[in-house]
Amino acid sequence: MSDLALEAVGLRKSFGALKVTDDVTLRLRPGARTALIGPNGAGKTTLVGLLSGTIRPDSGRIDLIGHDITAETPARRVKRGLVRTFQVSSLFAKLTLLENVFLAVSENAGASRDLWRPAGRRRDLISRAEAILERLHLGDQRRHLVTEVSYGVQRLLEIAIALALDPKVLLLDEPAAGIPAAEVAVLLDAVDSLPRDIAVLMIEHDMHVVRRFATEVSVLVHGRVLMTGPPADVMASPDVRAVYLGSAGQSRFAGEARDA
Amino acid sequence: MSAITSPLLDRRRLRPRELVWWLLALGYFFVFPEYLAVATSVLVMALFALSLDLLLGFAGVLSLGHAVPFGIGAYACALINLAGWHEAISGALAGGAIAGLFALLIGPLILRLSGLPFIMVTLGIGAVLYEAANKAVWLTGGDNGLPGVTLDPLLGVFRWSVLGQTGYLYALGWLFALFCLTRRLVASPFGMALQGIRENPRRMQLVGAPVLRHLVVAYGLASTIAGIAGALSAQTNAFVGLEVLSLNTSIDGLVMLVLGGVGRLYGGLVGAPVYMFVQHFAREWNPYYWMFLIGALLIIVVRFSRRGLIGLLDDLLARARQRLRR
Repeated sequence: MSDLALEAVGLRKSFGALKVTDDVTLRLRPGARTALIGPNGAGKTTLVGLLSGTIRPDSGRIDLIGHDITAETPARRVKRGLVRTFQVSSLFAKLTLLENVFLAVSENAGASRDLWRPAGRRRDLISRAEAILERLHLGDQRRHLVTEVSYGVQRLLEIAIALALDPKVLLLDEPAAGIPAAEVAVLLDAVDSLPRDIAVLMIEHDMHVVRRFATEVSVLVHGRVLMTGPPADVMASPDVRAVYLGSAGQSRFAGEARDA
Repeated sequence: MSAITSPLLDRRRLRPRELVWWLLALGYFFVFPEYLAVATSVLVMALFALSLDLLLGFAGVLSLGHAVPFGIGAYACALINLAGWHEAISGALAGGAIAGLFALLIGPLILRLSGLPFIMVTLGIGAVLYEAANKAVWLTGGDNGLPGVTLDPLLGVFRWSVLGQTGYLYALGWLFALFCLTRRLVASPFGMALQGIRENPRRMQLVGAPVLRHLVVAYGLASTIAGIAGALSAQTNAFVGLEVLSLNTSIDGLVMLVLGGVGRLYGGLVGAPVYMFVQHFAREWNPYYWMFLIGALLIIVVRFSRRGLIGLLDDLLARARQRLRR
Protein backbone atom coordinates (compact mmCIF):
# COMPACT_ATOMS: atom_id res chain seq x y z
CA MET A 1 0.00 0.00 0.00
CA SER A 2 2.58 2.57 1.00
CA ASP A 3 4.95 1.54 -1.78
CA LEU A 4 2.84 3.74 -4.04
CA ALA A 5 4.10 7.25 -4.72
CA LEU A 6 0.64 8.72 -5.09
CA GLU A 7 -2.72 7.15 -4.45
CA ALA A 8 -6.02 8.95 -4.95
CA VAL A 9 -9.12 6.98 -4.03
CA GLY A 10 -12.73 7.87 -4.76
CA LEU A 11 -12.21 11.56 -5.53
CA ARG A 12 -15.41 13.47 -6.14
CA LYS A 13 -15.96 17.13 -6.96
CA SER A 14 -19.10 18.85 -8.18
CA PHE A 15 -19.62 22.43 -9.20
CA GLY A 16 -23.34 22.84 -8.64
CA ALA A 17 -25.06 20.01 -10.50
CA LEU A 18 -22.03 19.34 -12.67
CA LYS A 19 -19.97 16.36 -11.57
CA VAL A 20 -16.52 17.38 -12.72
CA THR A 21 -14.76 14.57 -10.91
CA ASP A 22 -16.82 11.47 -10.33
CA ASP A 23 -15.26 8.75 -8.20
CA VAL A 24 -11.77 8.91 -9.67
CA THR A 25 -9.17 6.46 -8.41
CA LEU A 26 -5.59 6.81 -9.55
CA ARG A 27 -2.38 5.07 -8.48
CA LEU A 28 1.18 6.02 -9.36
CA ARG A 29 4.16 3.82 -8.50
CA PRO A 30 7.53 5.47 -7.88
CA GLY A 31 9.02 6.09 -11.32
CA ALA A 32 5.65 5.82 -13.07
CA ARG A 33 5.21 7.49 -16.45
CA THR A 34 1.47 7.83 -16.69
CA ALA A 35 -0.45 9.92 -19.18
CA LEU A 36 -3.94 11.19 -18.50
CA ILE A 37 -5.90 11.78 -21.67
CA GLY A 38 -9.47 12.74 -22.35
CA PRO A 39 -11.56 15.13 -24.43
CA ASN A 40 -11.92 18.81 -23.54
CA GLY A 41 -14.04 19.28 -20.46
CA ALA A 42 -13.36 15.79 -19.16
CA GLY A 43 -12.10 17.28 -15.89
CA LYS A 44 -8.37 16.76 -16.36
CA THR A 45 -7.24 20.12 -15.04
CA THR A 46 -9.72 19.89 -12.14
CA LEU A 47 -8.12 16.57 -11.23
CA VAL A 48 -4.68 18.21 -11.17
CA GLY A 49 -6.17 20.93 -8.96
CA LEU A 50 -7.56 18.30 -6.58
CA LEU A 51 -4.25 16.45 -6.41
CA SER A 52 -2.18 19.61 -5.89
CA GLY A 53 -4.61 20.99 -3.34
CA THR A 54 -5.83 24.17 -5.01
CA ILE A 55 -9.29 22.59 -5.23
CA ARG A 56 -10.90 20.79 -2.28
CA PRO A 57 -12.57 17.47 -3.07
CA ASP A 58 -16.14 16.83 -1.87
CA SER A 59 -15.05 13.36 -0.86
CA GLY A 60 -12.22 10.93 -1.39
CA ARG A 61 -8.71 10.52 -0.09
CA ILE A 62 -5.22 11.30 -1.36
CA ASP A 63 -2.08 9.61 -0.05
CA LEU A 64 1.43 10.77 -0.91
CA ILE A 65 4.05 8.12 -0.09
CA GLY A 66 1.85 6.71 2.62
CA HIS A 67 0.84 10.06 4.17
CA ASP A 68 -2.76 11.18 4.03
CA ILE A 69 -2.50 14.65 2.47
CA THR A 70 -6.20 15.16 1.70
CA ALA A 71 -6.51 18.05 4.16
CA GLU A 72 -3.10 19.64 3.59
CA THR A 73 -2.49 22.99 1.94
CA PRO A 74 -0.87 23.23 -1.50
CA ALA A 75 2.32 24.63 0.06
CA ARG A 76 2.54 21.71 2.49
CA ARG A 77 2.07 19.20 -0.34
CA VAL A 78 4.87 20.86 -2.30
CA LYS A 79 7.15 20.48 0.71
CA ARG A 80 6.28 16.79 0.79
CA GLY A 81 7.27 16.44 -2.87
CA LEU A 82 4.03 16.76 -4.83
CA VAL A 83 4.76 19.38 -7.48
CA ARG A 84 2.78 20.56 -10.48
CA THR A 85 3.33 22.68 -13.55
CA PHE A 86 0.68 24.81 -15.18
CA GLN A 87 -1.17 24.50 -18.43
CA VAL A 88 -0.82 28.19 -19.07
CA SER A 89 2.60 29.44 -18.06
CA SER A 90 2.44 30.81 -14.56
CA LEU A 91 5.79 32.40 -13.95
CA PHE A 92 7.35 35.47 -12.34
CA ALA A 93 7.20 37.71 -15.38
CA LYS A 94 9.42 40.61 -14.38
CA LEU A 95 12.21 38.41 -13.07
CA THR A 96 14.95 36.60 -14.95
CA LEU A 97 14.97 32.86 -15.63
CA LEU A 98 17.66 32.42 -13.00
CA GLU A 99 15.65 34.37 -10.45
CA ASN A 100 12.55 32.31 -11.23
CA VAL A 101 14.37 29.07 -10.48
CA PHE A 102 16.21 30.68 -7.56
CA LEU A 103 12.88 31.43 -5.87
CA ALA A 104 11.97 27.75 -5.98
CA VAL A 105 15.43 26.58 -4.89
CA SER A 106 15.48 29.08 -2.05
CA GLU A 107 12.02 28.07 -0.87
CA ASN A 108 12.93 24.40 -1.11
CA ALA A 109 16.06 24.96 0.98
CA GLY A 110 14.06 26.93 3.53
CA ALA A 111 16.25 29.97 2.84
CA SER A 112 13.43 32.46 2.30
CA ARG A 113 13.27 33.17 6.03
CA ASP A 114 16.73 34.70 5.78
CA LEU A 115 16.27 38.46 5.91
CA TRP A 116 19.90 39.35 6.17
CA ARG A 117 22.46 37.62 3.94
CA PRO A 118 22.35 38.87 0.33
CA ALA A 119 20.81 36.38 -2.08
CA GLY A 120 23.61 37.16 -4.50
CA ARG A 121 26.13 35.63 -2.15
CA ARG A 122 24.27 32.38 -1.64
CA ARG A 123 26.51 30.53 -4.10
CA ASP A 124 25.03 27.20 -2.96
CA LEU A 125 21.52 28.18 -4.00
CA ILE A 126 22.57 29.98 -7.16
CA SER A 127 24.66 27.13 -8.49
CA ARG A 128 21.80 24.69 -7.87
CA ALA A 129 19.48 26.94 -9.85
CA GLU A 130 22.06 27.25 -12.62
CA ALA A 131 22.56 23.48 -12.78
CA ILE A 132 18.84 22.92 -13.24
CA LEU A 133 18.67 25.52 -16.02
CA GLU A 134 21.70 23.90 -17.64
CA ARG A 135 20.00 20.52 -17.56
CA LEU A 136 17.12 21.93 -19.59
CA HIS A 137 19.52 23.74 -21.93
CA LEU A 138 18.41 27.14 -20.65
CA GLY A 139 21.80 28.16 -19.28
CA ASP A 140 22.50 30.68 -22.03
CA GLN A 141 19.26 32.50 -21.38
CA ARG A 142 19.37 32.61 -17.60
CA ARG A 143 19.80 36.37 -17.50
CA HIS A 144 16.81 37.08 -19.73
CA LEU A 145 13.49 38.17 -18.33
CA VAL A 146 10.61 35.75 -18.68
CA THR A 147 8.92 38.25 -20.99
CA GLU A 148 11.91 38.22 -23.33
CA VAL A 149 12.02 34.47 -24.07
CA SER A 150 9.88 32.31 -26.36
CA TYR A 151 6.80 30.46 -25.20
CA GLY A 152 8.57 27.15 -25.56
CA VAL A 153 11.33 28.34 -23.23
CA GLN A 154 8.70 29.50 -20.75
CA ARG A 155 7.23 25.99 -20.71
CA LEU A 156 10.68 24.56 -20.06
CA LEU A 157 11.12 27.06 -17.26
CA GLU A 158 7.89 25.74 -15.72
CA ILE A 159 9.56 22.34 -15.57
CA ALA A 160 12.79 23.85 -14.24
CA ILE A 161 10.89 25.44 -11.35
CA ALA A 162 9.17 22.14 -10.64
CA LEU A 163 12.51 20.29 -10.63
CA ALA A 164 13.97 22.84 -8.24
CA LEU A 165 11.37 21.71 -5.71
CA ASP A 166 12.76 18.16 -5.49
CA PRO A 167 9.58 16.44 -6.61
CA LYS A 168 8.76 12.85 -5.82
CA VAL A 169 5.56 13.11 -7.81
CA LEU A 170 5.39 15.53 -10.72
CA LEU A 171 2.14 16.60 -12.35
CA LEU A 172 2.68 18.06 -15.81
CA ASP A 173 -0.42 19.87 -17.05
CA GLU A 174 -0.19 19.86 -20.86
CA PRO A 175 3.50 20.75 -20.97
CA ALA A 176 3.59 20.73 -24.78
CA ALA A 177 0.47 22.83 -25.36
CA GLY A 178 1.05 25.77 -27.65
CA ILE A 179 4.71 25.06 -28.32
CA PRO A 180 5.95 25.11 -31.91
CA ALA A 181 6.74 21.61 -33.16
CA ALA A 182 10.46 22.27 -33.29
CA GLU A 183 10.58 23.00 -29.58
CA VAL A 184 8.44 20.03 -28.54
CA ALA A 185 11.41 17.73 -29.09
CA VAL A 186 13.50 19.72 -26.61
CA LEU A 187 10.71 19.51 -24.11
CA LEU A 188 10.28 15.77 -24.56
CA ASP A 189 14.01 15.25 -24.18
CA ALA A 190 13.78 17.20 -20.95
CA VAL A 191 10.91 15.02 -19.74
CA ASP A 192 12.83 11.89 -20.78
CA SER A 193 15.81 12.98 -18.75
CA LEU A 194 13.83 13.44 -15.53
CA PRO A 195 15.27 11.34 -12.70
CA ARG A 196 13.85 7.82 -12.95
CA ASP A 197 12.61 7.68 -9.37
CA ILE A 198 10.17 10.56 -9.84
CA ALA A 199 6.62 9.48 -10.60
CA VAL A 200 5.22 11.62 -13.43
CA LEU A 201 1.59 12.15 -14.35
CA MET A 202 1.29 14.02 -17.64
CA ILE A 203 -1.92 15.48 -18.94
CA GLU A 204 -1.69 15.64 -22.69
CA HIS A 205 -3.78 15.84 -25.84
CA ASP A 206 -1.10 15.02 -28.36
CA MET A 207 -0.93 11.29 -29.07
CA HIS A 208 2.64 11.50 -30.36
CA VAL A 209 3.73 12.94 -27.06
CA VAL A 210 1.73 10.40 -25.07
CA ARG A 211 3.15 7.47 -27.02
CA ARG A 212 6.68 8.59 -26.55
CA PHE A 213 6.32 9.41 -22.87
CA ALA A 214 3.91 7.02 -21.22
CA THR A 215 4.12 3.42 -20.06
CA GLU A 216 0.56 3.66 -18.82
CA VAL A 217 -2.44 5.68 -19.96
CA SER A 218 -5.61 6.62 -18.12
CA VAL A 219 -8.59 7.93 -20.03
CA LEU A 220 -10.85 10.44 -18.31
CA VAL A 221 -14.34 11.05 -19.70
CA HIS A 222 -17.06 13.13 -18.04
CA GLY A 223 -15.11 13.09 -14.80
CA ARG A 224 -14.75 9.29 -14.69
CA VAL A 225 -11.79 7.06 -15.46
CA LEU A 226 -12.92 5.05 -18.45
CA MET A 227 -9.88 2.83 -18.76
CA THR A 228 -6.31 2.44 -17.57
CA GLY A 229 -3.67 0.35 -19.27
CA PRO A 230 -0.61 0.26 -21.52
CA PRO A 231 -0.75 2.83 -24.35
CA ALA A 232 -1.24 0.29 -27.13
CA ASP A 233 -4.17 -1.41 -25.38
CA VAL A 234 -5.84 1.88 -24.59
CA MET A 235 -5.48 3.23 -28.08
CA ALA A 236 -6.80 -0.01 -29.54
CA SER A 237 -9.90 0.01 -27.33
CA PRO A 238 -13.10 0.69 -29.28
CA ASP A 239 -14.70 2.21 -26.17
CA VAL A 240 -11.94 4.76 -25.88
CA ARG A 241 -12.09 5.58 -29.56
CA ALA A 242 -15.84 6.04 -29.44
CA VAL A 243 -16.00 8.43 -26.46
CA TYR A 244 -12.69 10.11 -26.77
CA LEU A 245 -12.69 10.91 -30.46
CA GLY A 246 -16.20 10.44 -31.72
CA SER A 247 -16.64 8.69 -35.01
CA ALA A 248 -14.95 11.42 -37.05
CA GLY A 249 -11.56 11.07 -35.41
CA GLN A 250 -11.55 7.28 -35.40
CA SER A 251 -9.67 6.69 -38.60
CA ARG A 252 -6.86 9.08 -37.66
CA PHE A 253 -6.65 7.65 -34.17
CA ALA A 254 -6.57 4.08 -35.49
CA GLY A 255 -3.73 5.04 -37.78
CA GLU A 256 -1.72 6.44 -34.91
CA ALA A 257 -2.49 3.43 -32.75
CA ARG A 258 -1.07 1.15 -35.46
CA ASP A 259 2.14 3.17 -35.44
CA ALA A 260 2.45 2.65 -31.72
CA MET B 1 15.92 46.86 -19.55
CA SER B 2 16.72 44.70 -16.57
CA ALA B 3 14.44 43.65 -13.73
CA ILE B 4 13.49 46.26 -11.17
CA THR B 5 15.96 44.91 -8.67
CA SER B 6 18.09 41.98 -9.42
CA PRO B 7 20.21 41.08 -6.42
CA LEU B 8 21.35 37.90 -8.13
CA LEU B 9 22.78 39.65 -11.14
CA ASP B 10 23.64 43.07 -9.85
CA ARG B 11 25.96 42.64 -6.94
CA ARG B 12 27.74 45.96 -6.88
CA ARG B 13 27.25 47.41 -3.45
CA LEU B 14 27.02 51.16 -3.89
CA ARG B 15 26.93 52.86 -7.25
CA PRO B 16 28.49 56.31 -7.60
CA ARG B 17 25.15 57.65 -8.81
CA GLU B 18 23.68 56.77 -5.44
CA LEU B 19 26.27 58.82 -3.56
CA VAL B 20 24.96 61.92 -5.35
CA TRP B 21 21.73 61.82 -3.36
CA TRP B 22 23.42 61.53 0.02
CA LEU B 23 26.01 64.18 -0.84
CA LEU B 24 23.23 66.57 -1.90
CA ALA B 25 21.39 65.90 1.35
CA LEU B 26 24.55 66.59 3.32
CA GLY B 27 25.43 69.63 1.18
CA TYR B 28 22.00 71.12 1.78
CA PHE B 29 22.83 71.32 5.46
CA PHE B 30 25.68 73.74 4.76
CA VAL B 31 24.15 75.68 1.88
CA PHE B 32 20.68 76.40 3.30
CA PRO B 33 21.12 76.51 7.07
CA GLU B 34 18.04 78.73 7.41
CA TYR B 35 15.64 76.24 5.75
CA LEU B 36 16.49 73.13 7.72
CA ALA B 37 13.10 72.73 9.43
CA VAL B 38 11.27 72.27 6.10
CA ALA B 39 14.01 69.98 4.81
CA THR B 40 13.70 67.84 7.94
CA SER B 41 10.06 67.18 7.20
CA VAL B 42 11.11 66.22 3.66
CA LEU B 43 13.48 63.63 5.12
CA VAL B 44 10.73 62.31 7.37
CA MET B 45 8.37 61.95 4.42
CA ALA B 46 11.12 60.32 2.35
CA LEU B 47 11.49 57.71 5.09
CA PHE B 48 7.72 57.24 5.15
CA ALA B 49 7.66 56.75 1.36
CA LEU B 50 10.57 54.29 1.63
CA SER B 51 8.56 52.15 4.04
CA LEU B 52 5.64 52.24 1.61
CA ASP B 53 8.00 51.15 -1.17
CA LEU B 54 8.97 48.05 0.77
CA LEU B 55 5.30 47.13 0.85
CA LEU B 56 4.13 48.25 -2.60
CA GLY B 57 7.27 48.09 -4.69
CA PHE B 58 8.60 44.79 -3.42
CA ALA B 59 5.73 42.83 -1.91
CA GLY B 60 3.15 44.31 -4.31
CA VAL B 61 0.75 45.25 -1.50
CA LEU B 62 -1.09 48.54 -2.00
CA SER B 63 -2.28 50.08 1.25
CA LEU B 64 -4.27 53.32 1.48
CA GLY B 65 -3.86 53.27 5.25
CA HIS B 66 -0.14 53.61 5.65
CA ALA B 67 -0.73 56.69 7.78
CA VAL B 68 -1.89 54.26 10.47
CA PRO B 69 1.58 53.02 11.49
CA PHE B 70 2.97 56.53 10.88
CA GLY B 71 0.39 58.04 13.22
CA ILE B 72 0.71 55.31 15.83
CA GLY B 73 4.48 55.81 15.87
CA ALA B 74 4.03 59.57 16.24
CA TYR B 75 1.49 59.41 19.05
CA ALA B 76 3.30 56.60 20.87
CA CYS B 77 6.58 58.48 20.75
CA ALA B 78 4.96 61.72 21.93
CA LEU B 79 3.10 60.03 24.78
CA ILE B 80 6.25 58.29 25.98
CA ASN B 81 8.03 61.64 25.80
CA LEU B 82 5.30 63.49 27.70
CA ALA B 83 5.34 60.75 30.32
CA GLY B 84 8.91 61.76 31.07
CA TRP B 85 11.22 59.79 28.77
CA HIS B 86 13.19 62.43 26.84
CA GLU B 87 15.94 60.43 25.12
CA ALA B 88 15.43 60.74 21.36
CA ILE B 89 16.77 57.57 19.74
CA SER B 90 15.10 55.10 22.10
CA GLY B 91 11.92 57.20 21.87
CA ALA B 92 11.87 56.84 18.08
CA LEU B 93 12.61 53.13 18.34
CA ALA B 94 9.75 52.71 20.79
CA GLY B 95 7.37 54.50 18.39
CA GLY B 96 8.48 52.18 15.59
CA ALA B 97 8.18 49.08 17.74
CA ILE B 98 4.63 49.89 18.81
CA ALA B 99 3.59 50.60 15.21
CA GLY B 100 5.23 47.35 14.12
CA LEU B 101 3.50 45.42 16.87
CA PHE B 102 0.14 46.80 15.83
CA ALA B 103 0.87 45.72 12.26
CA LEU B 104 1.78 42.20 13.38
CA LEU B 105 -1.55 42.03 15.20
CA ILE B 106 -3.77 43.13 12.32
CA GLY B 107 -1.54 41.80 9.51
CA PRO B 108 -2.57 38.14 9.72
CA LEU B 109 -6.21 39.24 9.53
CA ILE B 110 -6.10 41.75 6.69
CA LEU B 111 -3.33 40.33 4.52
CA ARG B 112 -5.52 37.35 3.67
CA LEU B 113 -7.29 39.84 1.46
CA SER B 114 -5.78 41.23 -1.68
CA GLY B 115 -6.61 43.72 -4.40
CA LEU B 116 -9.64 45.95 -3.92
CA PRO B 117 -10.91 44.40 -0.66
CA PHE B 118 -7.50 44.92 0.93
CA ILE B 119 -7.32 48.52 -0.26
CA MET B 120 -10.80 49.23 1.13
CA VAL B 121 -10.02 47.60 4.48
CA THR B 122 -6.84 49.65 4.89
CA LEU B 123 -8.84 52.76 4.01
CA GLY B 124 -11.41 51.76 6.61
CA ILE B 125 -8.86 51.12 9.35
CA GLY B 126 -7.32 54.50 8.61
CA ALA B 127 -10.68 56.25 8.95
CA VAL B 128 -11.57 54.38 12.15
CA LEU B 129 -8.27 55.20 13.82
CA TYR B 130 -8.44 58.85 12.76
CA GLU B 131 -11.87 59.31 14.32
CA ALA B 132 -10.89 57.29 17.39
CA ALA B 133 -7.90 59.60 17.92
CA ASN B 134 -10.19 62.58 17.37
CA LYS B 135 -12.57 61.31 20.04
CA ALA B 136 -10.01 60.13 22.61
CA VAL B 137 -9.11 63.62 23.74
CA TRP B 138 -7.76 62.38 27.09
CA LEU B 139 -5.08 60.42 25.22
CA THR B 140 -4.38 62.30 22.02
CA GLY B 141 -5.50 65.82 22.82
CA GLY B 142 -8.05 65.46 20.00
CA ASP B 143 -8.08 68.47 17.69
CA ASN B 144 -5.48 70.28 19.77
CA GLY B 145 -2.95 67.51 19.39
CA LEU B 146 -0.07 66.87 21.75
CA PRO B 147 2.28 69.87 22.07
CA GLY B 148 5.35 70.09 24.24
CA VAL B 149 7.52 67.19 23.12
CA THR B 150 10.94 68.01 24.53
CA LEU B 151 14.15 66.09 24.01
CA ASP B 152 17.39 65.66 25.92
CA PRO B 153 20.51 66.63 23.97
CA LEU B 154 21.18 64.00 21.31
CA LEU B 155 23.70 61.39 22.56
CA GLY B 156 23.98 63.64 25.60
CA VAL B 157 25.98 66.17 23.54
CA PHE B 158 24.06 67.92 20.78
CA ARG B 159 21.39 70.40 21.85
CA TRP B 160 18.19 70.69 19.77
CA SER B 161 18.75 74.15 18.25
CA VAL B 162 16.00 76.52 17.14
CA LEU B 163 17.21 76.44 13.53
CA GLY B 164 17.02 72.65 13.52
CA GLN B 165 20.59 71.65 12.65
CA THR B 166 20.48 68.76 15.09
CA GLY B 167 17.01 67.73 13.90
CA TYR B 168 18.08 67.68 10.27
CA LEU B 169 21.18 65.54 10.82
CA TYR B 170 19.25 63.32 13.24
CA ALA B 171 16.57 62.64 10.61
CA LEU B 172 19.21 62.16 7.90
CA GLY B 173 21.02 59.64 10.09
CA TRP B 174 17.82 57.67 10.64
CA LEU B 175 17.03 57.77 6.94
CA PHE B 176 20.49 56.51 6.01
CA ALA B 177 20.44 53.70 8.57
CA LEU B 178 16.97 52.50 7.65
CA PHE B 179 17.70 52.87 3.95
CA CYS B 180 20.74 50.59 4.27
CA LEU B 181 18.65 48.13 6.25
CA THR B 182 15.86 48.10 3.65
CA ARG B 183 18.39 47.73 0.87
CA ARG B 184 19.89 44.73 2.58
CA LEU B 185 16.46 43.30 3.24
CA VAL B 186 15.23 43.40 -0.35
CA ALA B 187 18.44 41.73 -1.56
CA SER B 188 18.04 38.79 0.83
CA PRO B 189 16.34 35.51 -0.11
CA PHE B 190 13.37 36.87 1.83
CA GLY B 191 13.38 39.99 -0.35
CA MET B 192 13.50 37.80 -3.45
CA ALA B 193 10.53 35.82 -2.15
CA LEU B 194 8.62 39.09 -1.67
CA GLN B 195 9.25 39.95 -5.31
CA GLY B 196 8.02 36.49 -6.27
CA ILE B 197 4.82 37.19 -4.33
CA ARG B 198 4.50 40.55 -6.07
CA GLU B 199 4.80 38.89 -9.47
CA ASN B 200 2.63 35.85 -8.85
CA PRO B 201 1.31 35.12 -5.35
CA ARG B 202 -0.56 31.95 -6.35
CA ARG B 203 2.50 30.46 -7.95
CA MET B 204 4.58 31.35 -4.89
CA GLN B 205 2.13 29.32 -2.85
CA LEU B 206 2.69 26.38 -5.19
CA VAL B 207 6.42 26.78 -4.84
CA GLY B 208 5.74 26.00 -1.20
CA ALA B 209 6.22 29.52 0.14
CA PRO B 210 4.41 30.64 3.30
CA VAL B 211 2.95 33.63 1.44
CA LEU B 212 0.83 35.02 4.28
CA ARG B 213 3.73 34.73 6.73
CA HIS B 214 6.10 36.50 4.35
CA LEU B 215 3.56 39.28 3.80
CA VAL B 216 2.95 39.71 7.53
CA VAL B 217 6.70 40.02 8.16
CA ALA B 218 7.02 42.57 5.35
CA TYR B 219 4.01 44.50 6.65
CA GLY B 220 5.44 44.47 10.16
CA LEU B 221 8.82 45.74 8.98
CA ALA B 222 7.32 48.42 6.71
CA SER B 223 5.08 49.56 9.56
CA THR B 224 8.01 49.71 11.97
CA ILE B 225 9.86 51.99 9.57
CA ALA B 226 6.72 54.09 9.04
CA GLY B 227 6.32 54.25 12.82
CA ILE B 228 9.87 55.53 13.21
CA ALA B 229 9.13 58.15 10.54
CA GLY B 230 6.07 59.18 12.54
CA ALA B 231 8.12 59.34 15.73
CA LEU B 232 10.69 61.54 13.98
CA SER B 233 7.92 63.88 12.88
CA ALA B 234 6.73 64.12 16.50
CA GLN B 235 10.24 64.76 17.79
CA THR B 236 11.39 67.28 15.19
CA ASN B 237 8.12 69.24 15.22
CA ALA B 238 7.84 68.95 19.03
CA PHE B 239 4.17 68.31 18.29
CA VAL B 240 1.72 65.64 17.09
CA GLY B 241 -1.60 66.55 15.48
CA LEU B 242 -4.43 64.48 14.03
CA GLU B 243 -3.00 65.12 10.56
CA VAL B 244 -0.48 62.28 11.05
CA LEU B 245 -3.34 59.75 10.94
CA SER B 246 -5.24 61.34 8.07
CA LEU B 247 -5.89 59.91 4.63
CA ASN B 248 -3.92 62.87 3.26
CA THR B 249 -0.78 61.51 4.86
CA SER B 250 -1.31 58.08 3.28
CA ILE B 251 -1.95 59.63 -0.11
CA ASP B 252 1.00 62.04 0.14
CA GLY B 253 3.34 59.13 0.76
CA LEU B 254 1.91 57.21 -2.16
CA VAL B 255 2.13 60.15 -4.55
CA MET B 256 5.73 60.84 -3.54
CA LEU B 257 6.62 57.21 -4.16
CA VAL B 258 4.91 57.01 -7.54
CA LEU B 259 6.46 60.33 -8.55
CA GLY B 260 9.95 59.09 -7.71
CA GLY B 261 9.50 55.50 -8.88
CA VAL B 262 7.89 52.47 -7.27
CA GLY B 263 10.18 49.56 -6.43
CA ARG B 264 13.33 51.61 -6.85
CA LEU B 265 14.37 52.20 -3.20
CA TYR B 266 15.28 55.77 -4.16
CA GLY B 267 11.69 56.38 -5.33
CA GLY B 268 10.59 57.97 -2.07
CA LEU B 269 13.91 59.74 -1.59
CA VAL B 270 13.57 61.46 -4.95
CA GLY B 271 9.78 61.84 -4.87
CA ALA B 272 9.51 63.45 -1.42
CA PRO B 273 11.74 66.50 -2.09
CA VAL B 274 10.27 67.07 -5.56
CA TYR B 275 6.71 66.81 -4.26
CA MET B 276 7.29 69.10 -1.29
CA PHE B 277 9.30 71.59 -3.33
CA VAL B 278 6.56 71.85 -5.96
CA GLN B 279 3.94 72.01 -3.23
CA HIS B 280 5.78 74.87 -1.54
CA PHE B 281 6.02 76.99 -4.68
CA ALA B 282 2.56 76.08 -5.91
CA ARG B 283 1.16 77.30 -2.62
CA GLU B 284 2.92 80.61 -3.02
CA TRP B 285 1.71 80.86 -6.59
CA ASN B 286 -1.89 80.26 -5.54
CA PRO B 287 -2.87 79.10 -2.06
CA TYR B 288 -6.26 77.82 -3.30
CA TYR B 289 -5.47 75.98 -6.49
CA TRP B 290 -2.01 74.60 -5.74
CA MET B 291 -3.17 70.98 -6.06
CA PHE B 292 -3.60 71.75 -9.78
CA LEU B 293 0.17 71.83 -10.27
CA ILE B 294 0.79 68.67 -8.24
CA GLY B 295 -1.88 66.84 -10.20
CA ALA B 296 -0.47 68.00 -13.52
CA LEU B 297 3.04 66.95 -12.50
CA LEU B 298 1.80 63.50 -11.49
CA ILE B 299 -0.03 63.03 -14.78
CA ILE B 300 2.98 64.08 -16.82
CA VAL B 301 5.44 61.85 -14.97
CA VAL B 302 3.19 58.78 -15.02
CA ARG B 303 2.35 59.41 -18.67
CA PHE B 304 5.98 59.43 -19.76
CA SER B 305 7.40 56.83 -17.43
CA ARG B 306 5.69 54.22 -15.33
CA ARG B 307 8.91 54.04 -13.39
CA GLY B 308 8.64 57.58 -12.14
CA LEU B 309 11.26 60.32 -12.23
CA ILE B 310 14.04 57.78 -11.67
CA GLY B 311 12.84 55.83 -14.68
CA LEU B 312 12.77 59.04 -16.69
CA LEU B 313 16.31 59.81 -15.60
CA ASP B 314 17.43 56.29 -16.53
CA ASP B 315 15.94 56.67 -19.99
CA LEU B 316 17.61 60.06 -20.50
CA LEU B 317 21.00 58.73 -19.40
CA ALA B 318 20.66 55.69 -21.65
CA ARG B 319 19.80 57.93 -24.60
CA ALA B 320 22.71 60.27 -23.87
CA ARG B 321 25.06 57.31 -23.71
CA GLN B 322 23.84 56.11 -27.10
CA ARG B 323 24.44 59.59 -28.57
CA LEU B 324 27.97 59.58 -27.25
CA ARG B 325 28.71 56.21 -28.74
CA ARG B 326 27.62 57.37 -32.20
